[in-house]
Amino acid sequence: MTTIQFVLVIVVAMITGMGSVLDCMQTHRPIIACTLVGIVLGDMRTGIILGGLLEMLALGWMNVGAAMGPDSALASVIATILVISGHQSIPAGIAVAIPIAAAGQVLTIFVRTIAVFFQHLADKYAEDANFRGIEMVHVVAMLLQGLRIAIPAALVAAIAGTSGVQSMLAKIPVPVTRGLQIAGGMIVVVGYAMVINMMEAKYLMPFFFVGFSIAAFTTFTLVGFGIIGLCAAIFYIQLNPKYSLVQVHDELDDL
Amino acid sequence: MSEINVTKAGVSLEESDNKLTKGDLRSMFWRSWFLLGSFNFERMQSIGFCVTMIPAIKRLYKTKEDQSAALKRHLEFFNTEPYMAAPIMGITAAMEQERSNGSPLDDATISGVKIGLIGPLAGVGDPVFQGTLRPILGALGASIAATGSILGPLLFFIPFNVIRILTLWYGINLGYEKGTEIVSEASGNTLQKITEGASIVGLFIMGALVCKWTSINVPLVISKVKGSDGKLVVTTVQTILDSLIPGLLPLLLTFLCMKLLKKKVSPIAIIFAMFGVGILGYIGGFLK
Repeated sequence: MTTIQFVLVIVVAMITGMGSVLDCMQTHRPIIACTLVGIVLGDMRTGIILGGLLEMLALGWMNVGAAMGPDSALASVIATILVISGHQSIPAGIAVAIPIAAAGQVLTIFVRTIAVFFQHLADKYAEDANFRGIEMVHVVAMLLQGLRIAIPAALVAAIAGTSGVQSMLAKIPVPVTRGLQIAGGMIVVVGYAMVINMMEAKYLMPFFFVGFSIAAFTTFTLVGFGIIGLCAAIFYIQLNPKYSLVQVHDELDDL
Repeated sequence: MSEINVTKAGVSLEESDNKLTKGDLRSMFWRSWFLLGSFNFERMQSIGFCVTMIPAIKRLYKTKEDQSAALKRHLEFFNTEPYMAAPIMGITAAMEQERSNGSPLDDATISGVKIGLIGPLAGVGDPVFQGTLRPILGALGASIAATGSILGPLLFFIPFNVIRILTLWYGINLGYEKGTEIVSEASGNTLQKITEGASIVGLFIMGALVCKWTSINVPLVISKVKGSDGKLVVTTVQTILDSLIPGLLPLLLTFLCMKLLKKKVSPIAIIFAMFGVGILGYIGGFLK
């Protein structure tokens, strides 16, 4: 890894870390974060493949309300560095990504707790109508979320290419790596379960089972499923009597 | 909400009326991208909301006392789905404008409208963006990315961000122009249709993914029978399960996860438990 690459990795890590709290441009999603790190390290193709596989794994990971999912940003950045600069296999990268996602969640909880201090600082600035002060507080808290990924990324990037790390990774016993790979096939359902729980609409669950059954007995692609799902939604809404009746009751009752 | 619709009551000084400019709204739009930047466990998105309101506050209030009061008003607890926060920002800006022009909107009214909108709009934004749009575009992008094509990330990144940007832009602008009207209008049917439609597509695709993208293989051999053609027919637990319906174990596992998550078991704990099962399964030979 050249010095420029090292610096760029840190910059990308900052962006994904801030993206992870902002949930804005989606730079924290594996499919984007791994691709960016791949580009910086000169092996975009590996980054994209790893990102695609990790994205499948992390599909439903999300922060809703105050609840938080595992940290896809840290997992993506570190795993990509280890695979490309540390010369690990892609399955090995996926296996290490998951424990790292757990560690990342702890880090983000830590930063979100520290940010309470900034909240009170902002209160103080509001007292004097100090606009710049409040803006600065906001930006500094956001930069801390970036550092939360950038610092671990810098540490890993500094040692990933060394023989010490590689022999350490090589020493992980086979049952552990194979076991992690097997678990990878199951872990995807955690994300699905998060999504389904969030929808919280028992009366719509038949659509879930229709999707499941069609997938079980056909080889339709995702685009095919998207079209069928969209049509099903349109049918449902068009035929649903609750939308065709003139509303006679107070709308607030619906909320 | 009748007080809110009282516009500029008793104020006839048209020229001196405060009004936000297009530039103020544009500045609010850019700031709204960073709503969650200083998310904290005490008041969550409150600083982000306040920072988004700053262009409006600067335009509308001239004295230090008024500015300070407005800043404090918007440092209160706030937390909703980040893209559906945009209409709330627009509506709040409209209310601040009326207040600065002498309308009798007190702090409690403004806070009440804000807090009142958090729940319903998160109820729309979460299933639409987090539950449907992102997983579906993510799945589509991931399936292409797994082949190494740059199309994968792009197919996720571009459509998602176009929809997000349009939501923020029109959310703020329509919220400002129409005020609370927009919510009573939308909460009638449109928002409910979008939410329900998105949930249907989301659940349908989740059903397909549970079956297609989850791999659990139980290679335990139940019987080895010599078939009539002399070939050895090996029956494993997996072949029996597959003959019922492929994907049965992933389906059951999904339901188990949903139950555990509802009981507030952390996703990380479930993932580590699965690690344990995977390693034990490999050593014990009942998972492959």
